[in-house]
Amino acid sequence: MTWALDHIGDIMFRAGQHAWLAGLPLVLGLVIALPLGWLAARRPRLRAVLLTTTGLLYTIPSLALFILLPPLLGTKILDPVNVIVAMTVYTVALLTRTVADGLSSVDGSTRQAAIAMGYGSFARFRAVDLPLAVPVIAAGLRVAAVSNVSIVSVASLIGISQLGYFLTDGYARSFPTEVWVGIVACLLLALVFDLVIQVVSRFLTPWTRVVAA
Amino acid sequence: MIRFEGVTKRYADASGTDGGAGSVAVDDLTLEAPTGKITVLVGPSGCGKTTTLRMVNRMITPTSGTISINGRDTASLDVAELRRGIGYVIQHAGLFPHRTVLDNVATVPRLLGTDKRTARSRAMELIERVGLDPAMAKRYPAQLSGGQQQRVGVARALAADPPVMLMDEPFSAVDPVVREQLQNEFLRLQSDLGKTILFVTHDIDEAVKLGDQVAVLRVGGVLAQLDSPAKLLADPVDDFVAGFVGRDRGYRALSFAAAPELSLTDEPTVRLGAGADEVRAIGTPWVLCVGDAGEPLGWVRAAAVESEVTRSVLHRGGTVASTTGSLRALLDAALSSPSGRGVVADADGRLVGTIRAAEVIPAIEARRDAASSGAAAPSGAGTGATTSAADRPAEEATAR
Ligand SMILES: Nc1ncnc2c1ncn2[C@@H]1O[C@H](COP(=O)(O)OP(=O)(O)O)[C@@H](O)[C@H]1O
Ligand SMILES: [Mg+2]
Repeated sequence: MTWALDHIGDIMFRAGQHAWLAGLPLVLGLVIALPLGWLAARRPRLRAVLLTTTGLLYTIPSLALFILLPPLLGTKILDPVNVIVAMTVYTVALLTRTVADGLSSVDGSTRQAAIAMGYGSFARFRAVDLPLAVPVIAAGLRVAAVSNVSIVSVASLIGISQLGYFLTDGYARSFPTEVWVGIVACLLLALVFDLVIQVVSRFLTPWTRVVAA
Repeated sequence: MIRFEGVTKRYADASGTDGGAGSVAVDDLTLEAPTGKITVLVGPSGCGKTTTLRMVNRMITPTSGTISINGRDTASLDVAELRRGIGYVIQHAGLFPHRTVLDNVATVPRLLGTDKRTARSRAMELIERVGLDPAMAKRYPAQLSGGQQQRVGVARALAADPPVMLMDEPFSAVDPVVREQLQNEFLRLQSDLGKTILFVTHDIDEAVKLGDQVAVLRVGGVLAQLDSPAKLLADPVDDFVAGFVGRDRGYRALSFAAAPELSLTDEPTVRLGAGADEVRAIGTPWVLCVGDAGEPLGWVRAAAVESEVTRSVLHRGGTVASTTGSLRALLDAALSSPSGRGVVADADGRLVGTIRAAEVIPAIEARRDAASSGAAAPSGAGTGATTSAADRPAEEATAR
């Protein structure tokens, strides 16, 4: 405990880095997954291809990705961009299916009514399908957020600063307290992400909380 | 006017084999839905009703043939524009769960570029017009009953005041009591609005009740008969239509015959609270009880009155016919009355007199004789052939 308090500045700093490395990819991944999921929801054949491909991306070990990306991107191994890109890949892998499922979960008669009212396909996506998919997408985002926070800590193995440092450093120094601090800080950070996503989702979906007739 | 000319819809075979002709959902349909009238498409499940309806707003493209609205080929119009000019109501309403009732109703005007305030105030008017409490406007669809959702669906379809409405089994998913309310209010609304309506149902009773004309389709999407409801009941073209139209056709056809002026018998009455002696003094086994405004409440069996007439001793099986109602309601009032004397009330619901079945029958026969000797085919109530479904003889005989 005293160790944590003594190092609070360092912990907070690395937590900020960790949040950035896990959070920015969450946003980027969502932005990429939305059009991909939309395509998948519209075209049954494309759906199979897209979901299999993105699903496979998630199986690439993170350490391998951190090491493989620099030559691909022309970046240095210590460049945090590598981590951002890798985490974005994982987020896309997780969210494409979620977005596709969310968009196709819209009730058939609601969709028919929207078409019959003269909504074009993009307008329908924006005004009907997407808002109705928010609860499903938010659930997927929560999974992706936790997954990102945990995967990012691996990046300390290639020397990129974030909370994972306490795990590797504590292990190297045989100092369990530091390892515990790293674990708890990661947990708290995941919790914060989860909370933010839930709050935003609730704000966007007032209709889901009404009492049914 | 919506006009189908030789419209065929063929779906590719599910197996996807080439060369197969595919299954025909609608077969060479030629049909006119006149302006300001309700045309009902009725037929067994899978006979192509929904397909027919959806070809009008081009949610489905015909394989061949043309569909025109007021002389304009729908295929030549911009599809979004076409759809925004056509109200569409479906079975489960298909409301947007994430929008309030008010914003659901305001959808099409908003799509057409009406500003939010104007669209909402128009939506509010419509919400009241379809018989919903204005307090519902702020609710979400999940907070409404099925019947209320269906009303919102109708209001939403009417919001941009489209001249044409397509309705696909809009009242099929609600319970019978609510369905009847919705049907009656739909007719009332239509008598004000005079939309050109294509209405789909599998329920022949609904078809006959709502339609100015009824098109019966058979499986394979072939038009079997297109006629007024009265003609359909009186003169089905073949066994399929006769079977589909169902039993009691003669009796049901009387719905379209306005009750003629018949001489009614004065009926002695008692009020609630009348003593047993007063009831027995009338001298008949069944005595009619009326309320303060003279409205019939029900029959009492004189022998069953112990001290005085209370609501609990009233017999409630009898129906009440209206002088402005149909021959069917008149006959039913007589048949359902425990005394054999059918109760007849005026348009305000006050007792006018009673009539026996034996006195109604001659009126029915006279009507048939007049119809078969006249040049015209048997029609509705004399001049009633051209009346719209919305101003038919009031059919509902209130149970008392
Ligand atoms: N998308 C489709 N593909 C193939 N066949 C269809 C399709 N939609 C409808 N059908 C077939 O067309 C026929 C008419 O369907 P439909 O118009 O929905 O009938 P109804 O509304 O009268 O029940 C049915 O036999 C149905 O199976
Ligand atoms: Mg149908």
